[in-house]
Amino acid sequence: MLRAYWWKILCFVLIMYISIYGFYVEVPRLDDRMQQTIRNFFFHVPMWFGMMILLMVSLVYAIKYLGNPTAKNDFYASAYAATGTVFGFMGITTGALWANYQWGQPWSGDPKQNGAAIALLIYLAYFVLRGSMNDDEKRARISAVYNIFAFFMLFPTLWILPRLTQSLHPGGQGSAGNPGINGKDLDWRMRLVFYPAVIGWTLLGVWITTLKIRLQILIEKHS
Amino acid sequence: MKKILAAIVFALLSVYVNAQTSIGTQPVTTDLMRSDGKILVVVAVIVIIMTGFFIYLISVDKKITKLEKEGLK
Repeated sequence: MLRAYWWKILCFVLIMYISIYGFYVEVPRLDDRMQQTIRNFFFHVPMWFGMMILLMVSLVYAIKYLGNPTAKNDFYASAYAATGTVFGFMGITTGALWANYQWGQPWSGDPKQNGAAIALLIYLAYFVLRGSMNDDEKRARISAVYNIFAFFMLFPTLWILPRLTQSLHPGGQGSAGNPGINGKDLDWRMRLVFYPAVIGWTLLGVWITTLKIRLQILIEKHS
Repeated sequence: MKKILAAIVFALLSVYVNAQTSIGTQPVTTDLMRSDGKILVVVAVIVIIMTGFFIYLISVDKKITKLEKEGLK
């Protein structure tokens, strides 16, 4: 995966496809509440899907590290967590911009907005924790344990609590299921862009992460 | 890398040439870039930005690959 390149070509093709067709695909008008902003679905939502996938990979390497404490596993876990957090910040920023025009203000204290902010702060603490320790082995072990905690905090903050109350986001109290995946909610024409978008943006995140890991390994070799 | 850059420059030049010929001589709506509420202009901007990012990413990737190969010797 580190040096193979077919998936990098796939990533480029997918992102070009969504950057072009994402603006051309017919979107449902409904009662014109969303107008053209629904196209943000191809850019804002994949940030969160990508974040979840990247952080999940980070979790896998954190667990791997605890079983097999090698520097490589630690590099993988921290690099995936870093890219995942960047994706989260992209998601929260684009969300605030969209909310400004859709809900009237950038931050309306929507339960999902608050939950996402808490989740990202928990991940920021991961980097603070890493930065505060000089001993490599100790830093890797403690941050692996914290990484597992941080990942499982994503479930209440992003997936459970926002669904239990009224939310401006789809999927709050009174609506059923996951709005992104559930059958009848998402128009089929939009699916043709949305799913490739999730794969494309995630691959871009993986690409950036592998560069980070390779650079870290090079630095380690030279020091 | 130079070939890719040249290809992009020439692709953009063709757009410029089209814009030159159509002004005044044809109704605005027949121009491809001005059709559909000029959404193609936004598409072009995003394609250029994303292409630029990918070229940068590929060049960083190549540099790291080179360093890795040097490390093996």
